[in-house]
Amino acid sequence: MTENQWPVWEVFIQATPGIPHKHAGSVHATDAEMALQNARDLYGRRNEGINMWVVPATAITASTPEDQGSFFDPANDKPYRHPTFYKIPDGVKYL
Amino acid sequence: MQNNTLEYVLRLGDSSIIIGHRLSQLCGHGPILEEDIATTNIALDFIGLGTNLLDYAANLQGNGATADTLAFMRGERHYKNLLITELPNGDFAFTTVRQFLFDVYQLYLYEGLTHSTDERLRNIALKSYKEIQYHVRHTAAWMLRLGDGTAESHERMQNALNELWAYTGEFFAADAVDVELLNNGIAPDLSAVHTQWLTHVTDIITQATLIVPTSTFAHTGSREGKHSEHLGFLLAEMQYLPRMYPDAKW
Repeated sequence: MTENQWPVWEVFIQATPGIPHKHAGSVHATDAEMALQNARDLYGRRNEGINMWVVPATAITASTPEDQGSFFDPANDKPYRHPTFYKIPDGVKYL
Repeated sequence: MQNNTLEYVLRLGDSSIIIGHRLSQLCGHGPILEEDIATTNIALDFIGLGTNLLDYAANLQGNGATADTLAFMRGERHYKNLLITELPNGDFAFTTVRQFLFDVYQLYLYEGLTHSTDERLRNIALKSYKEIQYHVRHTAAWMLRLGDGTAESHERMQNALNELWAYTGEFFAADAVDVELLNNGIAPDLSAVHTQWLTHVTDIITQATLIVPTSTFAHTGSREGKHSEHLGFLLAEMQYLPRMYPDAKW
């Protein structure tokens, strides 16, 4: 089956200026232009944003489920890494 | 004057409705899921544009006409869509080339209409122009991909181009209605649109390693309501439900 499928591209959309692109889903496409157009047609139909990235899925290196412990657990007992201990000055918005 | 505007708006609206319906027949039959959705999106753009135009035409006509009565209660002799829009989808090469030739035509026609002295037509054109730009981008990419693809895709694309070329002369065959609306600043100059269209399609066709046909023979007749055998079948399918059940609602 898999040899009949075109390569997979991951789609990222930026909703408004200044905020990070967020993963929206994936599409099949033979080249980058087709991936971008397919992403537009699948994930841009409902006013989702202002900018779009497509990335070949094969270009993404992911951590494995086995990595979960060594990657994320050490942060469990370090709440001081969260900014909740700081008073936010009145004038600061959108933090 | 008002009658000529009505006639002109009907022609634009009919072309959009018919090519939209034709393309919608591919819903569920696209080569892959993503292209299926793209094709259906584009079909909806055409039907949306056609609805706006037929709304306007109904307004000009009065006597209780609506976009629906114009779309569903007219027979083929009263339809003014360009012949290319009613041609069956054929293989994917044929659909691609048909859409490409028509999309580039719409691009320059509607670019001109965004400067129309007719306010309602201008606003309709402004709304649709961005959609049309995307249609051109989409079909041009397929022109390049399939024209400059495998030996088989290249051959199918060239065959489709040779057959469809004879339907493009009609785009620019201005009659008295076109001339009067041009003089009133309502419609763009079709000879200028022709020059822009030819430059654009020649560029893409050449990049796609295909050959621009040299034949100047043109099928015409749509401006007088003379159509190919295909339109009647298309309308029979499109109009069946509202004619059979005139009170049907969603």
